Amino acid sequence: MSDVTTPPLLEIRDLHVTFAVRHGLAHAVRGLELTVHRGEVAAVVGESGSGKSASMLATLGLLDTNASSSGSVRFDGTELLGAPTPVLRSIRGGRIGMIFQDPMTSLNPVLDIRRQIAEAVITHQQVSPRQAESRAVELLEMVSFPDAVRRARSYPHELSGGMRQRVMIAMALANDPDILIADEPTTALDVTVQAQILDLLRSLRQSRELAIVLITHDLGVVAGLADSVHVMYAGRVAESGPVVDIFHRPQHPYTIGLLASLPRLDRPDRELTPIGGVPPRLYEEPDGCSFAPRCRYAVEACHEVEPPLKRVEASMVACNVLPMRSRTAEGSL
Amino acid sequence: MSLLSTEPRLLVHVASRSTWKSPWKRVTVIAGMIVVSFWLVVLITLSWWAPYKPLEAVGARLQSPSWHHLFGTDALSRDVFTRTLYGARQTLPVSVGVIVCAVTIGTILGSLAGFFGGWIESVVMRLVDVTLAFPPIFLAMAVAAALGPGLQNAFFAMVIVWWPIYARLIRGQVQAVKHRDHIQAAVSIGATRWRILRKHVLPLSFTPALINATLDLGQVVILTATLSFLGLGAKPPSPEWGAMITDGAQFFYQWWVAVAPGIAILTVAMSFNFLGDGLRDALDVRAKR
Repeated sequence: MSDVTTPPLLEIRDLHVTFAVRHGLAHAVRGLELTVHRGEVAAVVGESGSGKSASMLATLGLLDTNASSSGSVRFDGTELLGAPTPVLRSIRGGRIGMIFQDPMTSLNPVLDIRRQIAEAVITHQQVSPRQAESRAVELLEMVSFPDAVRRARSYPHELSGGMRQRVMIAMALANDPDILIADEPTTALDVTVQAQILDLLRSLRQSRELAIVLITHDLGVVAGLADSVHVMYAGRVAESGPVVDIFHRPQHPYTIGLLASLPRLDRPDRELTPIGGVPPRLYEEPDGCSFAPRCRYAVEACHEVEPPLKRVEASMVACNVLPMRSRTAEGSL
Repeated sequence: MSLLSTEPRLLVHVASRSTWKSPWKRVTVIAGMIVVSFWLVVLITLSWWAPYKPLEAVGARLQSPSWHHLFGTDALSRDVFTRTLYGARQTLPVSVGVIVCAVTIGTILGSLAGFFGGWIESVVMRLVDVTLAFPPIFLAMAVAAALGPGLQNAFFAMVIVWWPIYARLIRGQVQAVKHRDHIQAAVSIGATRWRILRKHVLPLSFTPALINATLDLGQVVILTATLSFLGLGAKPPSPEWGAMITDGAQFFYQWWVAVAPGIAILTVAMSFNFLGDGLRDALDVRAKR
């Protein structure tokens, strides 16, 4: 859990990311605030286009050339935004590991997996190729890759999606990182395999005090793994707080709507309530709260004033019509 | 390059029955392999068993084909059969050399252009555009003529004509490959750009260049002969196929003088085309299914 006295491991302040697209500028991330402590699992939740992935790519300087970012990303005291490439390179795959959404396409098809993991080792450590390869096999064993010694020479096409995601995780952990950024790590996998990968992440987190930034749109994944949740909407944090508070006492109308639109096994008779409308287009600058057009609690001020993040109990909430207390009853529970 | 290290397996794959949909295709590929291997064996072992020497006068001039002189003799009473076989020693190394140089230069410049973009790309690709704007034969002739006749100068001329094709090909491939997910994954483990280009992008971009190179070999054989035929390549006494055809073209009734090197050019060019065609079918998944 987050310890308030120690400085945060990753601190994102007022992050903005814009993409130059045909229609003009797409403002994908609009002032993101995010703090991750050592050993904490922070989930970043939001629908497609809410800026989850863009903000994490910006953190590692992995954005395409048509994107620009501003604000501040501090990792263990080092400013990453605008840092020189050699600094970024030593952190990428060194102290920050990253795994991607689609393990089917994220591995090089012409290199066997042992060599690919060894690449990650050699990039950051002074070791011989042979040492790196035996380290690769160890890493495969660590991520519970079955029959690791014999199958280390497999090529990606010989493996299933779950196996490939294990290889990706092994690569990301090759240099004992402090943080693992997992960009929708289970989206492309079968449900049973999803559960296995989540188990693996959970056990890794316990055994090596790994902080994890978990990007997802799957609230089920969040509930099972995360300590804190950051709900993103249109490039900003709508609400963030401890996982228990977000699920049981959501404050922001968007969070309430998200939870209400989830089916629940313990209440099969409950009707699902979708959120009406569509997210704002990213190349339009909304006046006021960007959720206001879809919000059933919106008042006039919501269309004019952009709400700042305010502390409500254990959470931080960006909403003009707080407190939500009385409304949660009809919305979620 | 991982592709090249698997070459023996590749040849077996090309010749195997399951690679082809039509049996006829397999016949042409195997025929191509046989003819090319025949010429390679000739090229290497020729000096031990050739019946005569290429510049040796062996009796009467313009004798018709006989058991002593399979393709007769030419105007200077040299054995045409022997000279045709020796011609392989000129044309084949030159053709292979041209392709190797063109592929090397094209791969280096094309991959830099495709991978890094920016001013490197502008400079390289404008150079490519300018070169490709000329018809290849005219450009090769112009360069060869400017440098002066000789097989070596013809070699340079052909490299100048051919490298842009590979630069353009490789650049397109590199641009397609560099946006794949696993390239971003390689960046995210902290690999340098050079390492990514060498280890992750190039091996995946090289296949089309290899196929094109085999197909182009036949064309380079023809262009080498063309330049020599026009007097811009190999100089007279040397037994080069194009130059031999020039010699023979003036004797209408002594057809063998020109026909022998003609057959040599035909078989070599055709075999390389068959091989390249087969290689494309075997390696290019898109063309196969």
